[in-house]
Amino acid sequence: MTSMVIDKGAPTRAVKYRSVSRDRTWALRWSYFFLVLFAIFSLVPPFYMLITSLKGSTEISAATNPWWVFHPTLENYVKLLTSNQFLIFFRNSALVSILVVTITMLISVPAAFALARMRFWGSATLATGVFLTYLIPDSLLFLPLFKMFAVFDNFTGIQLINRWYALVIVYPTLTVPFCTWIMIGYFASIPKELDEAAVIDGASWFQTLTRIFIPVALPGLIAATIFAFTVSWAQFLYPLVFTTSTDQLVLPVGIITTLIKGDVYNWGQIMTGALLGAAPPLIIYAFLMDYYIAGLTAGATKG
Amino acid sequence: MVDVAFQPNGVVAARATRKRSSLRTALKRKSTAAFLMTLPLILLIGILVIYPAFYSLHLATLNKSMQHFVGIGNFQFLFNRETFWLVVEQSCIFAISAVIFKALIGFIVAHFVHNIPAKGQRKWRGMLLVPWVIPPAMSTLAWLWLFDPSYSAFNYTLSFFGLGPISWLGDPNWARFSVILVNIWYGAPFFMIMYLASLKSVPEQLYEAAAIDGANWWQRIWYVTLPMMRNIIAITTLFSLIVTFANFDITRILTAGGPLDHTHLFATWAFKVGIEGSDLPLGASVSLFMVPILAIAAVFILRDINKRGNEAS
Amino acid sequence: MADVSLRKVIKRYEDVEAVRGIDLDIADHEFVVLVGPSGCGKSTTLRMIAGLEDITGGDIMIGGDLVNDVPPKDRDIAMVFQNYALYPHMTVAENMSFGLRLKHYPKAEIRSRVDEAARMLDIAELIDRKPKQLSGGQRQRVAMGRAIVRNPKVFLFDEPLSNLDAKLRVQMRIEIKKVHQKVRTTTVYVTHDQVEAMTLADRVVVMNKGRIEQIGTPNDLYHHPATRFVAGFIGSPAMNFIPCRLEDSGGGLNIRLTDRIAFPLPPARAARYQGVTRTDRLLLGLRPEHIAELKAHPEPGIEPFEAVLDVTEPMGMETLVYFTLEGAQICGRVSPNAGARAGEPLRLAVDLNNIHLLNEVTGAVI
Repeated sequence: MTSMVIDKGAPTRAVKYRSVSRDRTWALRWSYFFLVLFAIFSLVPPFYMLITSLKGSTEISAATNPWWVFHPTLENYVKLLTSNQFLIFFRNSALVSILVVTITMLISVPAAFALARMRFWGSATLATGVFLTYLIPDSLLFLPLFKMFAVFDNFTGIQLINRWYALVIVYPTLTVPFCTWIMIGYFASIPKELDEAAVIDGASWFQTLTRIFIPVALPGLIAATIFAFTVSWAQFLYPLVFTTSTDQLVLPVGIITTLIKGDVYNWGQIMTGALLGAAPPLIIYAFLMDYYIAGLTAGATKG
Repeated sequence: MVDVAFQPNGVVAARATRKRSSLRTALKRKSTAAFLMTLPLILLIGILVIYPAFYSLHLATLNKSMQHFVGIGNFQFLFNRETFWLVVEQSCIFAISAVIFKALIGFIVAHFVHNIPAKGQRKWRGMLLVPWVIPPAMSTLAWLWLFDPSYSAFNYTLSFFGLGPISWLGDPNWARFSVILVNIWYGAPFFMIMYLASLKSVPEQLYEAAAIDGANWWQRIWYVTLPMMRNIIAITTLFSLIVTFANFDITRILTAGGPLDHTHLFATWAFKVGIEGSDLPLGASVSLFMVPILAIAAVFILRDINKRGNEAS
Repeated sequence: MADVSLRKVIKRYEDVEAVRGIDLDIADHEFVVLVGPSGCGKSTTLRMIAGLEDITGGDIMIGGDLVNDVPPKDRDIAMVFQNYALYPHMTVAENMSFGLRLKHYPKAEIRSRVDEAARMLDIAELIDRKPKQLSGGQRQRVAMGRAIVRNPKVFLFDEPLSNLDAKLRVQMRIEIKKVHQKVRTTTVYVTHDQVEAMTLADRVVVMNKGRIEQIGTPNDLYHHPATRFVAGFIGSPAMNFIPCRLEDSGGGLNIRLTDRIAFPLPPARAARYQGVTRTDRLLLGLRPEHIAELKAHPEPGIEPFEAVLDVTEPMGMETLVYFTLEGAQICGRVSPNAGARAGEPLRLAVDLNNIHLLNEVTGAVI
């Protein structure tokens, strides 16, 4: 049946116009049918989060249809949003993400500009190296980093373990390589005549970067910013390893470690927390979908 | 050629004197500036990526208290552990099956989206990418709740068909299925979006030419779509293989490796051994087993990316 | 405003010599066009004048100042690029004023200069648009506007019309000429299109393989080419080259093309070629317009012959005819009423008053 789906404008041997258009109609119907199926598959977990977040604890443990809310209530939201602890998680997450995005941009934009336009000794190797670094996963580095931070503490007395700002130090290892990589791509796609024109107009290389390259590559810059933000916001392994006190936790770890007490799951609040935790990236996505997707496809992201 | 485009301001006209050296110092200064601009990047990668990567090699040769050199002792220890072989098995099953299904589903869905009228595509694409946008730690919690032993919404639904209840996370085989399912759910949209972008870049004339040559839908996919998308398919798959192989979040939250260590991946086991079990060297040894497969995938990706670059120029 | 001088200018990339020693003097107010096939070094020469390429050897002077090591921004030049190189995020006015703003000119002065240039180029109503909203011709005007606003010593054009369609190209060509007549700024213009070169230039510089083949006014180059390259490059359709030999016949000279075909040279020509060795391998250079249909009362020096046509190309006011002579394809221009038909013989006439004779080995015009 899928045959018809891809079969547009197929040469039909019989000269029956109606059968061609009927084929197309069916192809469309099948496409929509499967798309609906996939959309349901995609949206069930977030939908179920929302449903559960609106339920009281009695309804959650009742044997009623779990897919529906019979007595909607906002008590979970009220509880979480007035809980000091949850607000601290949120603040930590926001602080970490914003700092990481700033640091990432400050490091990767000048580096990308240098690598895309100012050839110097070893610059090609460095560009490849940046890309390779991006392929090194967090799960390979968390143990040595943990030990390194402990040793660093011993020598300098500066405590990094169990401090949220340790995350500001390690997250850029996840964001900078990719952001640099896609900014190199965006910068390289700017025609060379444009910076030659700028040079003739009297711009220094710094002015060329700030007044020509950054504005022209703004879509790429936005895509990179979105990427850096979502990665920092979603990161789970590093905060799980590096932070333990409740006042140092970021959202994902905070929700999991404080709302799950032993074997007691407070599902109403967990789902509410998860939904609130998912909200910032989802909101950004809703408003900047095209940039988000451009960033994804620009560098062949992690998947 | 553009190099000269960035002659620093300091160069003044060396009137009548035939000094080429001033330009040369200017160029040298320019490459110094470029180097300085990349210095933070180099430091970051050097100190927080390259150094720890090698440091973990060193860690892996120490004993638990990190006071004695044990050589390959940790590795020998691992080889004798049954759990280790379970982890190897599960990592391969997990990564390979998840990547295959993600790629397949992504390919099929991309075609469906590509097939519907252009004005509706944005909306569908937007909906289908939602799993990728939600932080995996958050969405996995929803799955955990959906799989809940006593209140599973899936089991509730299945009971209407006279099926179940299924112990989604309690039974080793079902648990393996579940973690893979969640990973597919999370990762398939990424494939979809990559393939969709690639599909859009195949010129319509090629399909028209193939249709005139008498190719049916299958032949068109085989002879036009797939060859045109081959590179992007390869890159996406290899990427996904690396990331799936090194996955931590989903398994950690869903099963924490259980039941009976059947769903442990290298990452989750390394965490359990290294952080929870406070045996950093052994944990480092476990995570080092990811390196060979990552390296192989990386080599292939690099080759494909270079190829893509060459084709473009 | 200033003159530009190049002295033995050389440009070498790692192993290739792109420009092999160029001497060129461009006078104040002059419009000079560098023309040649791709890879002849014309663009590199222009970019060296601009300062976008450093020079390997030689000197470049603008307005009497040696500028070898002067960065582009201090050379007081303006450049128009092939792809316009307009800043996509700036409006037309911002594009035009960018250079002035970087130099911190007073706002009022910038405004008046931009307005004046915009009026001159007829883009006053587009001043607040972004480049994306402009057509190719309008972008070209803005690129020129950006150059004019700066009021530089020298304008540099790097194939500015090659991205435009044929009709627009003709229009913009006239536009460029008008602007030059108005502002009179010294201009160096690079193109591969010899028609553009001929129509625009005060003087044309024909370049080939990193060297200058010939410098001259358009008419000079057309009527008195110095080398085979120039003879073949200038003029469209291109000049025909037919292997030939000179032989004595009575008091005069004959030019022998084949065993069967030979033409007597008119006395003026014969005198000029008297000194050529009779056995030298020569080329007869003949422009298509000098191969025409045979008229009823031919003037002296016009010799008839017959050829079987391979192809005819009716152009309206004339018909191009192609035939083969000793393996070489020859093009002629006949009147549309001459009755030229492919596959049929036609009586043609060669105008021997306007021939060129070249040494086949050296390529030099005799």
